[in-house]
Amino acid sequence: MGTFLAITRRELAAYFATPVAYVFIIIFLVMLGALTFSVGNFFERGQADLTPFFTFHPWLYLLLIPAITMRLWAEERRTGTIELLLTLPVAMWQAVLGKFLAAWAFTAIALALTFPFVVIVNILGTPDNGVIVAGYAGSLLLAGCYLAVGAALSALTRNQVIAFVVATAACFAFTVFGSPVVAGFIADAVPSGVLEAMRRISLIGRFDSITRGVIALRDIVFFASFIAFWLYANAVIVELRKAG
Amino acid sequence: MAAMIEVEGLTKRFGPVLAVDGVSMTVERGEVLGFLGPNGAGKSTTMKMITGFLTPTAGTARLCGHDVLAEPLAVKRRLGYLPEGAPTYPDMTVLAFLEWVASVRGFAGAEKRARIERAMRATSLGEVIYYPIEALSKGFKRRVGLAQALLHDPEVLVLDEPTDGLDPNQKHEVRTLIRAMAAAKAIVISTHILEEVEAICTRAVVIARGRLVADGSPAALAARSRWHNAVTVRVLPDQRVAAMTALAPLPAVAAVEAEESPTDGLVALSALPAGGQPIEGAVRGALAAAGIAPRDLRIERGRLDEVFRAITTGAITTGSDAAGAVRKAA
Repeated sequence: MGTFLAITRRELAAYFATPVAYVFIIIFLVMLGALTFSVGNFFERGQADLTPFFTFHPWLYLLLIPAITMRLWAEERRTGTIELLLTLPVAMWQAVLGKFLAAWAFTAIALALTFPFVVIVNILGTPDNGVIVAGYAGSLLLAGCYLAVGAALSALTRNQVIAFVVATAACFAFTVFGSPVVAGFIADAVPSGVLEAMRRISLIGRFDSITRGVIALRDIVFFASFIAFWLYANAVIVELRKAG
Repeated sequence: MAAMIEVEGLTKRFGPVLAVDGVSMTVERGEVLGFLGPNGAGKSTTMKMITGFLTPTAGTARLCGHDVLAEPLAVKRRLGYLPEGAPTYPDMTVLAFLEWVASVRGFAGAEKRARIERAMRATSLGEVIYYPIEALSKGFKRRVGLAQALLHDPEVLVLDEPTDGLDPNQKHEVRTLIRAMAAAKAIVISTHILEEVEAICTRAVVIARGRLVADGSPAALAARSRWHNAVTVRVLPDQRVAAMTALAPLPAVAAVEAEESPTDGLVALSALPAGGQPIEGAVRGALAAAGIAPRDLRIERGRLDEVFRAITTGAITTGSDAAGAVRKAA
């Protein structure tokens, strides 16, 4: 347990050791504010809820989460510290989970700093705070999914730019698979079974229903399995690259 | 008791390239094994496989009886490893980095502090403990890597070029440190500095093009040199021709090489022995007969750099012991 915590702590501290963490948090908050108030018509809607706020989370994450995960393994590979890490008495799951949890904790910190939105909406009206809590939980789960994908893909390369681009593309695919636009676009090209399967592994539909306050067990199980699958893939990728 | 390090037929293939080809060797407690070879010969790749960073294509390594493929954690707990280039996290301070390594290795509280304290003292890091590692000189970075490897007082130490980038004083310190630890541990160091091998290694193996081509004590390796037992005499320049004429015909002398010193003008004549036999008596006799009194006379032990060059370029055939080990593994 000490080993595992030491890895998580070091990774989390590494974010704050460089300006990356602060730049990330500021951009995240500024963009979220701009999108919520201007594009989301937060005031004009005249409703005391955070729907316009949460709507933009998947799209913002798409851009920002790969920036958090790109260095997780690629940087270790580039500087050679991966050799240090993997020759310390650290089990593969400890390294993979430790890094993932550090990135997730960092995202949670950024997300927690959006509390002024909750304050504002509570001053302006009487929102259903249960739904807001559900929205935050859904947002955190969604971030976890993107992080797990990004971390696994970061293990493929020593180049952070490649890690970023590939992770963005993969997260984008998992996000839009279920959207009606994509479905309409490819409906003629693929069999309906494939379309249905794509809709099922899509993240955005499940995220939307959680932010509406509908917390279904099958959605939670889906997010958990999605994260678990990608963490497992992460471990396999690191192990395979040891075989050269 | 079994050897501390047992390497059996280690082979690594990167695509079409056979980087390491059936390397087998054992290292006992108390031995300091010098791992020699030209750049790209497979030294680091072999070390990466022994320490469990790379998975071998074939073969395996056992440390203290634990197989690195079957029980990687048991191996890594007993192993201190300085990887090539001494990688460390550049944004951490020396102290934070060593504390992190100690925590990962499961130390806490007073024991953790004591171990960090001892490792820093052994590697003379005291003055830089609050510096970020990226701000340190190459020599200090290397010592941070060394401190990390020594922290848990491991039974097996694998050090990839531990003195690379250090100044002569620091090199001396590191060598003294390694010698002081040698009795209780099995130590493997890779290096291409041959004086280092003679200074601290009890045994040397040479690897070339992925294969083990020599295995023996530094003295035994040096004895393979055509300079082994050679006699070098220094004479005045006008005695040069006479001395060469006196030495060259001797049956015990294979060849005579002359070199003029640019500083004192003396000529160093080296008589290389035929078959490595001692020839001091014959040389002294021949010079006395020719009426030449040399300024001084030195017997060579053999030149390790020459043997190294000859072995790794294939000019000397492989030693029977090493070749036997390679064949057995294959």
